[in-house]
Amino acid sequence: MTKIKGAEIIMECLRKEGVDVIFGYPGGANLPMYDALKKYPDIKHILVRHEQAAAHAADAYARVSGKAGVVWATSGPGATNLVTGIANAWMDSVPLVCITGAVVSWLLGRDGFQEADITGITIPIVKHNELVLDVEQIAPAIAEAFHIATTGRPGPVLVDIPRDVQQQLAEFNYPDSVDLPGYQPTTTGHPQQVKKAAQLIDEAERPLILAGHGVVIARAAEELKELAEKAQIPVITTLLGLGGFPGSHELNMGMPGMHGMYWNNMAIQEADVLIGIGMRFDDRVTGALKEFAPKARIIHIDIDPAEISKNVKTAVPIVGDVKTVMQQLIPHVSPARHDAWRRWIDDIRRDHPSIAIPETDKILPQYVIKKIYDLSGPQAYYATGVGQHQMWAAQYFWGDNPYSFVTSGGLGTMGFEVPAAIGIQVAKPQSTVWSFCGDGGFQMTMEELALCTEYELPVKFAIINNNYLGMVRQWQDHYYDGNKQSVRMFQPDFVKLAEAMGMVGLRVSEKSMVESTIEAALQHPGAVLIDFQVEEAEDCFPMMPPGVSLSETIDQPPVNQPEYAR
Amino acid sequence: MSNRRLHTIVALVQDRPGVLNKIASKWRQRAFNIESLTVGHSEIPGLSRMTFTVDGASNDIEQVTKQLYKVIEVVKITDVTSEQVVARELALVKVGATKETRGSIIEIVDVFRAKIVDVGSDSLVIEATGTEDKIDAIVAMLSPFGLKELVRTGRVAMVRGGTTTVKAPPTDGAEQRPHRSAGEGKPKVGSLI
Repeated sequence: MTKIKGAEIIMECLRKEGVDVIFGYPGGANLPMYDALKKYPDIKHILVRHEQAAAHAADAYARVSGKAGVVWATSGPGATNLVTGIANAWMDSVPLVCITGAVVSWLLGRDGFQEADITGITIPIVKHNELVLDVEQIAPAIAEAFHIATTGRPGPVLVDIPRDVQQQLAEFNYPDSVDLPGYQPTTTGHPQQVKKAAQLIDEAERPLILAGHGVVIARAAEELKELAEKAQIPVITTLLGLGGFPGSHELNMGMPGMHGMYWNNMAIQEADVLIGIGMRFDDRVTGALKEFAPKARIIHIDIDPAEISKNVKTAVPIVGDVKTVMQQLIPHVSPARHDAWRRWIDDIRRDHPSIAIPETDKILPQYVIKKIYDLSGPQAYYATGVGQHQMWAAQYFWGDNPYSFVTSGGLGTMGFEVPAAIGIQVAKPQSTVWSFCGDGGFQMTMEELALCTEYELPVKFAIINNNYLGMVRQWQDHYYDGNKQSVRMFQPDFVKLAEAMGMVGLRVSEKSMVESTIEAALQHPGAVLIDFQVEEAEDCFPMMPPGVSLSETIDQPPVNQPEYAR
Repeated sequence: MSNRRLHTIVALVQDRPGVLNKIASKWRQRAFNIESLTVGHSEIPGLSRMTFTVDGASNDIEQVTKQLYKVIEVVKITDVTSEQVVARELALVKVGATKETRGSIIEIVDVFRAKIVDVGSDSLVIEATGTEDKIDAIVAMLSPFGLKELVRTGRVAMVRGGTTTVKAPPTDGAEQRPHRSAGEGKPKVGSLI
């Protein structure tokens, strides 16, 4: 067999793994990889403007495509710029393979130019990482990286390869299997535990399903529907579980937690059996743990044993892939109705409508988001940033496509929305992709707009522009005596910015223009940015104040305080 | 924390660069203070064995153990705290010695079944192995003579009898004398095992 360069071995590995796109940025330490690109025209390279965007774009690409996202960066600052994106993928369990160039091996540890110990830096935020010092080890390391990133609980894996190793010659032998004695994820649930869970569900009078990202990742939406329908159990989907259960389904209750539906938070406190599926009882969902679901016995299904009993006490823990476990579980669960329980929830829902949009002449952010959903059709995809607009986007998303709502849940990364939308559009070139942007987060990664023109990506950007870092402003108003510090910033002319980036820019400052502008954006074949100048003082409700229990969720702003009055 | 105690945890890990760092990082992330840590080769080529002693509540230790399993190179982790284990530590003690005191020191060393491994004009180096308590005790006895230098390895541990902490063929090791496993009541200072 002929010998090829290490960099070409990397490319051969990617080809073996079915990779068709790499998000990356060149530099001295990964130049051999870029040099090898021209021999592999079937693998597309998207040149971002900042490495953080490469990681976010690959992250979103992975979420909608179901494949691992692939990122390239050079050593030192190139690699460290990935850190936020890697941490984001880690917190949200997204399969990401990051290949970084390292300085030549004889300079490692000598503070060489653009050297950073990226395997050391990323230890707490990767599922695995490895420094490859031998060209023969490149193929095994990358095979392991893809295996580890995509199996079990998915996550980011980083492979760091010095420039000289990329240039050394070796035969390409891709391993058929990887041998990792310590890594054997449990995918099938323990049969005894599954039966116990079924028994608990059968006994329940007030059961609730809490469905999380695991349902989406495991592609288990069908199984979830089957389980819910069989026993007529209301389904609450976490922020990252949105879409995992059809929004239009009569059993869908929407989101729980800090900005979730009031009725869900009350129902969790009243439930007698709580079935957590592929979710991790995050503090944004549970509120004060001491008072969380006091009447419920908890069934927890998760592929990660470390999630079991981490935050809540579990009556029946089941470690396994949620799709497999649900397939095991469904036959044991008896058909049931739970009418009285569902009526109980419906009554609260009627009395506390939570997400009703008030009639007003002002442009409310909720109204804009709802209109975009209504007009974009069921096949559209959405990326969001972090903050008020994200919570509104989640509250008003009742879509049926399990993979269409992409957001930064665990890490809460502002600036995620622009590169994420780009990543989605790369994965789904024919689909409508919206990016819901906050005016703050947008300015963190707005340089990436250029990609839409360069790669003909017709992303629709909706800046929900309230002239504030809205969520921070809301907290300052409610918990810091209205002391609005550093939440208002100079904004560029977003319309001119869009034009400078080679796309259409539109501004909406009248409510009557909202619908027609969205329609126009949808009609336009290329990328469009709309600056929606929404009501500044709007607060995001319902809200569970930080540190309290779900029972103390506030459904609507207090009307006696003019500050919050609409 | 109501049920805090010293836990002994044995880990078998693949012998790859950076593993120790990854494992230490998992402890650090959850703000555990590692009391002692020993690493060396195991009976299986390519696998190293680590023994940690960590102070913490059982459920916290369980959580961190689960987190340790997330390190891909970790093959097996066992909390042997409530098992019958042989646990030992090695110490080298350099102590000041004069003509007048040498005899007394040798007496103490004999009583503790330790060894004198170096003799200087005004010092002795003593090698002692045993449980932490025994080491504590001999150190306490030697201190009045002037403790010049002390090095302790921290605990290594092995489960008694045929069971092993890894899936390896059981050895026919002779049954050893019973030993207090960690957490089974306070030992008497000077216990000699």
